[in-house]
Amino acid sequence: MKPASFNYHAPSSIDEAVRLLSQYSDAEGRIIAGGQSLVPTMAFRLARPAHLIDISGISALDKITQEEDRLIIGAGVRHSAFHKPVCDGPLGALLTEVVQHIAHLPIRTRGTFCGALAHADPASEWCALAVTLDATLVAKSTDGERQIPASSFFETVMTTTLVENELLTEAQLPMLPNNSRFGFEEFSRRAGDYALTMALVVWEDEGGEISNARIGLGGVEDRPRRIIEAEEILNGNIPSDDVFRAAAEAAASVVDPMEDHATSAGYRRDLVKALTRRAMEKAVK
Amino acid sequence: MTQKHDITLDINGKKYEITVEPRRTLVDVIRDQCGQTGTHAGCHHGVCGACTILLDDEPVRACLMFGIQADGKKIRTVEGLADGDKLHPLQQAFTDHHALQCGYCTPGFLMLAVGILEKDPDISHDDLISALSSNLCRCTGYANIITAVKAAAEQMRAG
Amino acid sequence: MASKTKVILGERLRRLEDPPLITGQGRFADDINFPHQLHMRIVRSPYAHAEIKSINTGRASKIPGVVAIWTYDDIQNLGPIDFRADKSAEELKAFRQFCLAKSRVRYVGDPVAAIFAEDPYIAEDAADLIELDVNQLPVISDADQEPGEFDEGLGSEAALLTHTFGDVSSVWESAYLVVDVDLRTGRHSGVPLETRGAIGVHNKATDTLELYGAAKIPHRNRDTLVRMLSRPPARIHLHEGHTGGGFGIRGELYPEDVLVLVAAERLGRPVKWIEDRQEHMMAANQGRNQHHLARMAFDQDGQILAMADEFWHDQGGYVRTHGANVPNRTMCMLTGAYKIPAFQAKCHFRLTNKTPAATYRAPGRFESTFVRERIMDIAAEKLGIDRVEIRRRNLVGVDDMPFKIRFDEPGLETLVFDSGDYESLLDKALVHFKWDELQAELNDRRAGGELVGCGLGVFVEESGKGPVDGARITVDTNGDVEVLTGGASLGQGFETTMAQITAAALGADYSKITVIHGQTDRIPYGIGAHAARATVMTGSAVNITALKVREKALDVAAELLQTTADRLNIENSEVFISDNRNGPSVSLAEISERLAPGSKHLGGREPNLSAEGFHNTKESAFPYGIHFAVAKVDAETGHINVERFMVAYDVGRAVNHMLLEGQLVGGCVQGVGGALFEEFSYSEAGEPLAVTLADYLLPSMDCAPAVECLVTEDAPSPTNELGIKGGGEGGINGVGAAIAGAIDDAIGQVGAVTELPVTPQRMREILNRAG
Repeated sequence: MKPASFNYHAPSSIDEAVRLLSQYSDAEGRIIAGGQSLVPTMAFRLARPAHLIDISGISALDKITQEEDRLIIGAGVRHSAFHKPVCDGPLGALLTEVVQHIAHLPIRTRGTFCGALAHADPASEWCALAVTLDATLVAKSTDGERQIPASSFFETVMTTTLVENELLTEAQLPMLPNNSRFGFEEFSRRAGDYALTMALVVWEDEGGEISNARIGLGGVEDRPRRIIEAEEILNGNIPSDDVFRAAAEAAASVVDPMEDHATSAGYRRDLVKALTRRAMEKAVK
Repeated sequence: MTQKHDITLDINGKKYEITVEPRRTLVDVIRDQCGQTGTHAGCHHGVCGACTILLDDEPVRACLMFGIQADGKKIRTVEGLADGDKLHPLQQAFTDHHALQCGYCTPGFLMLAVGILEKDPDISHDDLISALSSNLCRCTGYANIITAVKAAAEQMRAG
Repeated sequence: MASKTKVILGERLRRLEDPPLITGQGRFADDINFPHQLHMRIVRSPYAHAEIKSINTGRASKIPGVVAIWTYDDIQNLGPIDFRADKSAEELKAFRQFCLAKSRVRYVGDPVAAIFAEDPYIAEDAADLIELDVNQLPVISDADQEPGEFDEGLGSEAALLTHTFGDVSSVWESAYLVVDVDLRTGRHSGVPLETRGAIGVHNKATDTLELYGAAKIPHRNRDTLVRMLSRPPARIHLHEGHTGGGFGIRGELYPEDVLVLVAAERLGRPVKWIEDRQEHMMAANQGRNQHHLARMAFDQDGQILAMADEFWHDQGGYVRTHGANVPNRTMCMLTGAYKIPAFQAKCHFRLTNKTPAATYRAPGRFESTFVRERIMDIAAEKLGIDRVEIRRRNLVGVDDMPFKIRFDEPGLETLVFDSGDYESLLDKALVHFKWDELQAELNDRRAGGELVGCGLGVFVEESGKGPVDGARITVDTNGDVEVLTGGASLGQGFETTMAQITAAALGADYSKITVIHGQTDRIPYGIGAHAARATVMTGSAVNITALKVREKALDVAAELLQTTADRLNIENSEVFISDNRNGPSVSLAEISERLAPGSKHLGGREPNLSAEGFHNTKESAFPYGIHFAVAKVDAETGHINVERFMVAYDVGRAVNHMLLEGQLVGGCVQGVGGALFEEFSYSEAGEPLAVTLADYLLPSMDCAPAVECLVTEDAPSPTNELGIKGGGEGGINGVGAAIAGAIDDAIGQVGAVTELPVTPQRMREILNRAG
């Protein structure tokens, strides 16, 4: 399990990084940030990039910027940055709640928020969060810059709309209004394992009524998505067991779960039903 | 042939000037090129935590980094825990409470625990279990590891 | 290390093993290096069953740094790896594995070539370029399937093994109740945290081959290598360093061990091989994979009238060093702690295209206890008898000891349970763990809507199988004590145990004792450490030897102190007159000096304060225990949480309670793995699906229940002086049974669990079936 050979580059600016990426992208050039997902695939020799471009030395990427309406997370920001809230209000609290579920402490020390998005594992917490909150992803290349909405960023397992020579430089999360409620639930075999299913529920509490409900599921299908059918059941209603159950059942019935030798589609549906409901219950606590 | 790089690793305060292929993992470099074999590799794919070291005082899995990425950073391994003949409180606690059997996972647990307790000396029981659950042990069934870390934490808090 | 003034057996002495291990100074296989060493990389078959057409090594050999590449043709004169079990049938020999595949590959992971290179990274680069051309053959994916072909003209059912006594046939018709079960234990194994490793060195000066990274049974392996490599025992030595866990699977002789030795000699350089994790999961011995159709007949009062079991044992691609040992252990211990008048067990010992199987901690017993105790739970329910009570009624009684189980088949060993009061342990456990209060508490919780329950499993373990072990103990003129054994250490505290026994018997200062193990050049014999033998066999030999040294020391001291030996005592390496502790004394060091060769004080005695002693036994020692589990089921997700686990265990006599509890707790958590988490699954095409630690789930700290131990010493073994029985396997034996029982109890459906591991998905399936 020794990786195959590669050349190593450590640019100190974003421009240099995208230049290197253009130069090497068709010769299997890859970005490495935290490496917590990339390095194991290289150990198994499933990935054999001929060039690694390490962006950890680019200080311009290693920041979190709060603007009035959004939080901007640079590509160098590690998961551990979120152990304590990085901003006031519900968004900061939500990020801190979710981050505890990501792998284990030593992985969070190195792995990055944007790295998880670019890697696009269906069971990634940040991918589910980005889609649920309608994040905007910013990609740079020698051809320029583009802004990609999270809802169209994830194509399928481990595949995003980023093209070969593009570097994901930041993720922009809309700030959540102060009357936001949220609940996050994840099920895995052991603490820190990849989630078999996760549910993120966010809504705005308008005088006791649910409005602008967002229900995002991860670890269920080949990419995370919002379940509109379930959101519609919540919107305009007062939280109650019946409403929650109905929404959870709707979610379970519309998903098309992944299947493998260990996990059946039917079981994942069971988890969707249970976790979606539990996430809603958490939101009202 | 890929280019080799000259790097300097600072391990337990000592500088190692070495030349590495980029693909050499940090755990292999520490063990083979710097001769510090206290850090063990149990899986080489980042799951078991036996290779845990402190990088700039934070626990990381040395099998998930390349040696070249640790150039210029401060590395602490199990060999640097004792102060001469005086064992670190965690080392003493591990032997007092029979928290090791085969000893293979032990260096990883020790460094993980040092990293956790240095950062958060008053960590709660639940948070401690959560953090220690990062690493696997096949021999002890964990109970004595928990006892040992808590005993050491108390000692470290007392100064 | 503070010394003790008096060491008694049972004390929780800190381990001698710890100092190097807690300071990063261990010498595990990968820590051992020799100048100019080559690194070996094994190329493994990606096919589960195929005929080899060609192996093209051309591209691989061109990589700079590759020194040699071997296939079977390069080792043609090397026979297959032999069995080490004393009585393995001729009929199994055809199923042995060659060190590199001869003409067929029979599991994904089967070694086909060996690459020797200057560096392990380069060796792996070369392995990628090996071209293997094959004709694929039909895959036998399951032991339940009709047997296929192992080789031309040789079917894959290697043997049909039976264990019988009494006459079961007449019972089923007339019995008040017959319980039938269809049960499976999933394929899993020890999976220690350190993978395997072997370094072969040819000491040219002495023409000796040296193998480093040996473990478990160095002398037995040495003997097998002597045969395979046609070398005398004096010219081949095995060396054990630190080992990262064994659990039965490390230390058997594997192809890689042989290859590094042959290569070291032929290539003229040391050869180092360190297994990676992915390899380990498809190359190291697996276990537990059995399918049982079992039944028991009961009378109205719950007395067992007969037991029968037909099972299929999935042996994987080859029969390795254990021969048919595991199926035999399954059958002979199937009746457990119960008195059963008639018994018949039949095993289909079948080869399949999976990684070969062998012994894993409590081999055959984790499986058979699961089967037997499931039946007892079901019978209890059907008869309306409490499930503890039904077990009690069938226990072998203390007055039945020694209890013989003799099988009709010629050549099968008779089991003789040496001592035990099973009912007494059961009673003590029920009190100690507050069984009645627990039932009430669980009832309350269930009334509140929780799915929570408890289960139990009663078992007998075996340990200390002989026939003999020995030891040599020397006290030098500095007072340091060397205890030289042919034992082995896999992390269980072997050195501490032997030192503690020595200190207790000899009165030596514990901190001045060094225990040697695993070095075949230091002592010509040794039993190693397996099947919970070390404490009983080597420990007994050490005790006998230490007492001989004591006798010698007292003889000299008596003369010096002008009294008789029976009036003397030894503590902390000082000999003194028993009723005059602070009076004149002489140290063991001084005595050793007086006995030095050429000393004028010898007085006709044999020089040196040393002795050699042996412990012989025809009988094994049988510890016994009961496991209890409390589990909670999350109905929606199927998640099972083992809240508590209780182990009641009679060990005869404990050498070190701290170490024993460590073994019980560790074994228990491993058992939780087998009950709920761990499985080597394979596709229909024979592709292994759990080859990383991300797919094969070892219990982590958050999964491990709190384990409470009640250790008793009520039934010392009459087979050895100290009365000790083994402790290595008692933690794992009943875990599957107890957790299955707890799950059934939690969901109110006895007999619901029929397959291990009970994954959350399988739990949901059980709940769905129950409706």
